[in-house]
Amino acid sequence: MELKDFTIGQIQEGLKKKEFSAVELTEYYLDEIEKKDKDISAFLTVVRDSALSQAEETDEKIAENQDLDILSGVPCAIKDNILVDGIKCTAGSKILEKYVAPYSATVVKKLKGKGAVILGKTNLDEFAMGSSTENSAFFTTKNPNDLNRVPGGSSGGSAAAVAGDMCNFALGSDTGGSIRQPASFCGVVGLKPTYGAVSRYGLMAFASSLDQIGPLAKTIEDCKKVFSVIKGKDKMDSTSIESKEGDSDFEIKNLKIGVPKEYFIKGMDPEVEKAVREAIKKYEGMGGKIEEITLPHTEYALACYYIIAPSEASANLARYDGIKYGYSDLQGKSLLDVYLQSRESGFGAEVRRRIMLGTYTLSSGYYDAYYLRAQKVRTLIKRDFEKAFQKVDAIFTPVSPTPAFKMGEKIEDPLAMYLSDIFTVSVNLAGLPAVSLPVGEASGLPVGLQIIGKPFEEDKILSIGGIFKK
Amino acid sequence: MISKEEVQHIAKLARLGLTDKEVEKFQKELSPVLDYIEKLKKADIFGAEPTSHSVRVDNITREDKESDSKYDSDKLLDLSPARKERHLKVKSVL
Repeated sequence: MELKDFTIGQIQEGLKKKEFSAVELTEYYLDEIEKKDKDISAFLTVVRDSALSQAEETDEKIAENQDLDILSGVPCAIKDNILVDGIKCTAGSKILEKYVAPYSATVVKKLKGKGAVILGKTNLDEFAMGSSTENSAFFTTKNPNDLNRVPGGSSGGSAAAVAGDMCNFALGSDTGGSIRQPASFCGVVGLKPTYGAVSRYGLMAFASSLDQIGPLAKTIEDCKKVFSVIKGKDKMDSTSIESKEGDSDFEIKNLKIGVPKEYFIKGMDPEVEKAVREAIKKYEGMGGKIEEITLPHTEYALACYYIIAPSEASANLARYDGIKYGYSDLQGKSLLDVYLQSRESGFGAEVRRRIMLGTYTLSSGYYDAYYLRAQKVRTLIKRDFEKAFQKVDAIFTPVSPTPAFKMGEKIEDPLAMYLSDIFTVSVNLAGLPAVSLPVGEASGLPVGLQIIGKPFEEDKILSIGGIFKK
Repeated sequence: MISKEEVQHIAKLARLGLTDKEVEKFQKELSPVLDYIEKLKKADIFGAEPTSHSVRVDNITREDKESDSKYDSDKLLDLSPARKERHLKVKSVL
């Protein structure tokens, strides 16, 4: 077996048996990045020196016969909207092109505390707004399965870095599908945790009531390990919650799986539907009970999301004002000129579109018709899931209606791009955990199955995903 | 379709500078999205309370006691584009 296929467990076995050192492993991945990333463009920043010195710490532990931590020596990548102290953090935006993080996100501290080695920062749609990485101000990441296609987004760089064997695992963030959709497009496992399960401290805010950080990895087992490290209450994020040790044991013959009829829609790629249906059949074949369920407010989810997310974004992105940090255009005469011009040249097209949309739906005269109404519809969407989970243990759906699309295919049509999130946004509105699991192919491209669970049942949905055999 | 004046008004509220060309571009791009979100008007929201967060969020309080800052304030000040000593420098407001 090659190093690139090693799981976290196998890496640690190898380290303990001294088959390779942590420095050798890190060098291997850094070399892979050097060779492959010219074509894939997953990384915005690679931090060779600090990665090697982190790896040395693990090697010293091994030399002193100390116990290893759960992620000791494991090379990973971090989406570039999550702060790592002392390293550039751009959010894929010109406005933060030269911004160096003055502190580390809680998740980064936790990863480092358990010995993980950070190789670099991965590309994303600007401020995580997009479904393809084409909205990055710097370049578009390519899908390692087909270089003419997008890796999905917004965590496209993280998904491509894992799928392209340039790191063992990566962190992404998911506001409306930004971990799950790229995981599906690239053929890796991606977990969007329950809202509050993972601290958002040090994650650049996009839509604060929807954002969550989560892992992308090649295996379910690795996703579980990374999640176990990053989760937990953090006093720096007042919405974070200590999740109870979830009961992840289940017997497949007692497992009730709900399949919502609203998630198999007209216009969906027939091969995607076939791959997802076949995966569901396999679970049935293993003894799972499949039930057709209904989530009646599904048709409103995307519209609801595209009011709530841009509204919150328009408020969150007010902080980029050309005064405190980031790009600043100081040519104008007044303070207002600095705001207008810094934000005009600093933000890209999609970010400005969403700020405009959010400002519109929050503006006087429209607030009740749009924002307040969307919050009420959000309640209905959440209730749909609560009702469904009284009957079933998990809900299976497709992740996206199509496999990875070609670069440029949707960039001129914002609404078509938004539609690729149609199966993922409800989960964020309801705050639930969901996994994207690679289960098949459509036209030779990976297809993901979405497994949605009850709040804080990440381990259970991961275990359910773990019994799937291709 | 959303009017030119509306686009200009929203851009001003959002503190986004726009060229004339961009005003037209936003008119074209925002209109189909606004039409799409009109969908929500069909939803029966009778009796539904608004949800701002999917989990219950309560105010978290602490004792009003001073503690050491976790941040190196110089590091934060260094990030600002214009400063004078330990102050951020801005242009005149009026």
